[in-house]
Formats: sequence, structure tokens, C-alpha cells
Amino acid sequence: MQRKLRTRAAARLGRPESVKPPFRLPLERIVLPAIAFLVVLLVWWVIASFFTTLMPTPWEALVANLDYILNPFFRRGPGNLGIGWLLLASLRRVLLGFLLGTLVAIPVGFWIGLSPRAMMAINPLVQLFRPVSPVAWLPIALSIFNLANPSAIFVIFITSLWPTVINTALGVASVPKDYLDVAQVLEMPRWRQMIKIIWPASLPYIFTGLRLSLGIAWLVIVAVEMLTGGIGIGFFIWDEWNRLSLSSVFLAVVVIGLTGLVLDYAITLIERWVTHRPAKAM
Amino acid sequence: MVKSSQYSQPSDQRQAEFETDFLVVQDLVKAYPTAGGDPTVVLDNINLTVGANEFIAIIGHSGCGKSTLLKIVSGLEQATSGGVFLEGNPIKKPGADRMMVFQQYSLLPWLTVRENVRLAVNEVCDHLSPRDRTDLVEEHLAMVNLTPAAEKYPDELSGGMKQRVGIARALAIRPKMLLMDEPFGALDALTRGHLQRQVLDIWERNPQAVMMITHDVDEAIYMADRIVMMTNGPNAQIGEILEVPFDHPRDRTALRESKEYYELRNHALGFLDNYFEQMAA
Repeated sequence: MQRKLRTRAAARLGRPESVKPPFRLPLERIVLPAIAFLVVLLVWWVIASFFTTLMPTPWEALVANLDYILNPFFRRGPGNLGIGWLLLASLRRVLLGFLLGTLVAIPVGFWIGLSPRAMMAINPLVQLFRPVSPVAWLPIALSIFNLANPSAIFVIFITSLWPTVINTALGVASVPKDYLDVAQVLEMPRWRQMIKIIWPASLPYIFTGLRLSLGIAWLVIVAVEMLTGGIGIGFFIWDEWNRLSLSSVFLAVVVIGLTGLVLDYAITLIERWVTHRPAKAM
Repeated sequence: MVKSSQYSQPSDQRQAEFETDFLVVQDLVKAYPTAGGDPTVVLDNINLTVGANEFIAIIGHSGCGKSTLLKIVSGLEQATSGGVFLEGNPIKKPGADRMMVFQQYSLLPWLTVRENVRLAVNEVCDHLSPRDRTDLVEEHLAMVNLTPAAEKYPDELSGGMKQRVGIARALAIRPKMLLMDEPFGALDALTRGHLQRQVLDIWERNPQAVMMITHDVDEAIYMADRIVMMTNGPNAQIGEILEVPFDHPRDRTALRESKEYYELRNHALGFLDNYFEQMAA
């Protein structure tokens, strides 16, 4: 009824009726992604049933993982820990490395954003190291630290540097001239311009860098842990594969994905809280 | 043409008569170097004085260098030769005694309305106690009717409200002179009319030197005491200065009914049309 009225009003105003957003029903937001998930499950089921004997079907995987899902924090002897503990161990490495990386990357990015000469000096370094897979740093880290855990953290540290450095520099260099004009007319000293104008104006860029950094760090930790061993979600995957327990691998994939989502969402929440502006869609 | 464009003016004589003036623009030339070698002259020998309580409008076609002139007065840009003097002192750098109102508002989006005004007050009025600064901020928010929106962020405001914040910010630091760069240019016609009235109200209560860039003849006649009309750039000069003979406070409706208003308006439009045709030719 209401729809009809609206249509008639639109017709009277001579507007085309087709001007409406594509997702009008909230139901569609649930139904359409659900269909996509079902398709993936179907493909999985087909492959598991007809192409390989190693892979469990989705249902078999769920049943096999019930213990892990229901008891994420068990301790059953050395090295036999619930997936919650493994996740926390990986998160700890990522957050430590990411934090150390951020502490270095933001000041460096700020500096090269302000000074074209610093940019000239450091940019080639960044461009050279950025395309290198962070895992390549692992042997170098191991040679320095001789220990798996600090080496893993070091690799995450390196991983977290580049996107934050680049985006911070970009943000600082692209502070609107209008804001700086305001500061100049108010006779604001240079150092206070940095704190009061340049820093807050470049925060959205810095957060973009942080989101990218943390996302890549979370990707990299899995590979690093596969190589270093020890307790963590990455080594868990490799270990379970060696035991030919594929259902645990599927569990780990889902857990890693969900954790990545939560990490990204957490940063957007912090961004919104710090900048008073909604995070940019990425 | 009222003003001559020759460089050989008897400047010592003019110097003497300008001493009493509030703002003096003297033999001002602004040129930018170009790749070809010959510099592009944007402003060519501008001479202008503004009285301490005078509202000046500068009007001209796009690209005539009127914004450049304002930027030089504000200190954000430097003159190539000649100079600008405020109460006899040469202007070399930006200063809070010549506060700007920007066309695109230039509010800081991470600060609320109140914090935007407060930032300016904190920066400039460091001799005041926090209490007095708060009073200053609140007084100027009330002046532009923004007290109810004080906790909002610029993204949540309409264009007209944003520019009211810009005006409150500019007035709150009590500048000696107000520089406005097409302050109403980005607003719709209705909002523009409202805001012109509001600014004129504030100015009529508290007259001070104002230099306003505009491309709207009606706005210039309604608000200004004198209208400076610029010729086209490059090599822009002052083509003519019109005195606006109406007393303040002004009533727009009454103005529109007077014959003088239309004579002035037609004269100004004729001047602009003349240069517009030149530009097209």
C-alpha cells in the first residue's frame, strides 16, 4: 500500500521509479551471503566426496572438531592445548611485532612526509624492501636472535613497517593547505602545527596504514609459525597436516578468518573513537 | 579609469597622505616565474587604502587575481614588489590581526564547532585566563546562533552553518581586520542572503575594517562602503572604485526600491560585462 502511494507520488513528480537502493530488504543481506557460503560448502562437499579420500566432508569436519569448538581452552599435557591457547599465542606475537613496528613506522612516516629530503633518502629503501615477502627475513632474524619466538616477532615487526610508513607519509604530505593556512594566520608555531593540525589531519591515513599492516601481519604469522614451530595457530595447521587430520586444518582456517575480521573491526572502532569520523571503507 | 597603471607615481606624496590610513596597499606587483622565462604578472601596480571601519568589496572576473590580493594582505603570499602596510607597519607574514574567512570554510573536521573556535582563541588570546577564553568562545557562538550546534562536528553541518563557524572563529580572536575570500560563494541563494544579513548586523554593531572578495554585484552593493572593481588578469589592475552612498544599517528591500541602487548596479555590471567581452574576444 505504502509502496503504491510512493510510486504514484513519484510518477506525479515525473521521477523514474527505479531509483532505489539495491539492498532494500534486510533479509537480502542475510540470504545472499548465506547462498554464497552454501555454494562454498557444496564445492567442498563435492571435492571431499569424489576427488580425495583425505578430506572430510563439511559435516564430518564439524563432528570431528566439536571437542575443539566446545573446549577452546583445554590443557592436556605439553603441546596438547586447546585452539584458544594457540590463537592467543599467535595473537601475542602479532600484536607485539605490530606494536613495535607501529612505534617505528609512524615517526619515520611522519618525518619523511614532512621533509622531502628524508623522503628522497628513505623512499628507495622502502620501495626495495616492501615487495620482499616478510618470511624471507626469518633466516636473518634467526641468525640474530637464535630463538624462534623473538624471530617471529621480528618478522611481524618488519611486516608492519611498510604500509604504515607509506600511508603516514602520504597523510602528512597531503594535509589540506587550507588547514595549514588557518594555522599560519593564527600564528601557530611549527611544532604546534604538527601536534594540533598535521597529526590529527593525517590520522585517517595512518589508520589505513595500520589496518593494512595488521592485516598482512596476521597473514604472515601463519607462514612464520609453520617454519618456526612452537605453540601457535600456524604450526597447528602444519602439525595437523602431518598427522593427516584435515578437519583440524579446516577449523584453523575458519578461526584465522574470524580473528582477522575481529582485528580489522577493532582497528576501525579505535579509529572512529580517535578521529570522531567513520573509518574509510577499504 | 580612475586609477592609472603607470609605475611612475609620485609615491612620496601619496605616502604622506596614506600615513593616516588603516591599511595601505602600495605599488603592489605580484608575478610568478614561468618555465618560458618571462614571469606572468598577476597583479600589476595595485594601490588601495582601507579605512579603520571601512567595508571594502573587491569584485572581478575569475582569474583576475583578487584572491591573490587578499592572500598578500593576509601574508600567506608575498608581493613581488611594492607592499602592504597595516597601521604603517609592513605586512610580511600571516598574523591573527588579519583573520581570514575562507571560501571553503577550512574548519578542522576532527574538532567540534566549539573546539574549532576554541582552537583559534587558545592560539591567539594566550594572555587571557581559561575562563575568559570560554566566555569569548561562547559569546561568538551565540553571535552567529550556533550555541545549540556547538557540540557538532563540521561534517554534520550545512554549508551555511559551517561558514557561520568560520565567521565566529574569525571574530572571536578580535582581529584588527577581517579578510573574507568569497565567504558566501559556496552557499545557496537563500542561505547566502541570510548570512549576508547576519554578517552585516554584526559589522554594523561593531564596525571594523573588512576586505571581502566577491563576484556578486548585489552582495557588494548591499554590504560594502566601497567596491573595488578589478580588470582582467593577467596584469590585473584596479579598474574603478565605486562609492556606495547608502547609510548603514541597510535594508535590502528599501535599497532595491531606490533608483541609485539600480544605477550603481548597472554601472558595476556594465564594467564587468565590458571586461567579460574582452575576455571572450
